[in-house]
Amino acid sequence: MVEFALPKNSKISGGKTWPKPSGATETREFRVYRWNPDDGKNPSVDTYYVDTHDCGPMVLDGLIWIKNNIDPTLTFRRSCREGVCGSCAMNIDGQNTLACTKSMHDVAAGGAVKINPLPHQPVVKDLVPDLTNFYAQYASIEPWLKTSTPTPQKEWRQSHEDREKLDGLYECILCACCSTSCPSYWWNSERFLGPAALLQATRWVTDSRDEATGERLDNLEDPFRLYRCHTIMNCAKACPKGLNPSEAIAELKLKLVERQI
Amino acid sequence: MSGPSSMRTPLARVRNLGASHSGTGDFWRQRLTAVSMVLLIVPVITVVIMLIGRNQAGAAQILGSLPIAVILLLFIIASTWHMKIGMQVVIEDYVHNEKLKLASVMANNFFCFAVALTSIYAILKLSSGV
Repeated sequence: MVEFALPKNSKISGGKTWPKPSGATETREFRVYRWNPDDGKNPSVDTYYVDTHDCGPMVLDGLIWIKNNIDPTLTFRRSCREGVCGSCAMNIDGQNTLACTKSMHDVAAGGAVKINPLPHQPVVKDLVPDLTNFYAQYASIEPWLKTSTPTPQKEWRQSHEDREKLDGLYECILCACCSTSCPSYWWNSERFLGPAALLQATRWVTDSRDEATGERLDNLEDPFRLYRCHTIMNCAKACPKGLNPSEAIAELKLKLVERQI
Repeated sequence: MSGPSSMRTPLARVRNLGASHSGTGDFWRQRLTAVSMVLLIVPVITVVIMLIGRNQAGAAQILGSLPIAVILLLFIIASTWHMKIGMQVVIEDYVHNEKLKLASVMANNFFCFAVALTSIYAILKLSSGV
């Protein structure tokens, strides 16, 4: 059955409040989820105070400042710090987003910046979720051009109009903000492919150069893989790139109806 | 992801038994019945208002009209079909135990067919004046 409460060993208890940095004139409170697989304890929420005059404006800047100045054991993923790599996806102030493009000033004015790992995924450590299943789902939609026609000497050609149809699909950075914000994905992530993989599936089904459209639709047509999407639209709200996976999934459903009726 | 399946690769777990190549039929019928109920709801409410306070003979007189009986029959078919698909979606969302899921889906089918057939029988009985 669906689980409405956290398992016993995932319940958050206590947490350490770290002292305010000495000499700081202005600080911002960060409440960060902590869990260490090695100490056998339940997760906790630690409170840190970031010197905002000594640190950049984004939530990721705050986390890096904490790691450099207060607590080197704080663990999170980050790489490009400009919303391109998708590594620093986490739940900030109740919303899945990228820490690098979320300004601390946009988080409830004056309140604490509350940071948790992406919801409903196994945690590796602190803010690092285990996305193995998510990546396998992406691999399962076979995200590459599939053709039977012999490869042309130059490139596979595509009209400007057909290329434009990929706008709003190809920009996905696979940060997993959408899938982990989707209740259908929370309850059925082992069978429902989730908004990210389905948006990518739409990207390949839409690509005019691809010759495996029907085969791709065959592999998606399933009450669980595709039809667990109930157009809740948390995915579109969460997407830090402003994409709309919900609309992309609706396109898939439309194509499946189209080929049947 | 525990038990005997835990040593399978993540891709094998995702692919699992493969796609069932179904679901589009139910998706389409859910929309079809929804649209038909939108069209039928005003006539149905009108008929129900007309029936208020009448005895069986009075009800039989109204339902004796072919268009009225057809409107009610269509509404019963659309609504019970919609109810069946909707409830099945809820069961599939939340019930993960395979045996319990099969039993729930079966019970849902029985219930919806029973409601539909009982209603259809009642309408036909009244409209034919038997």
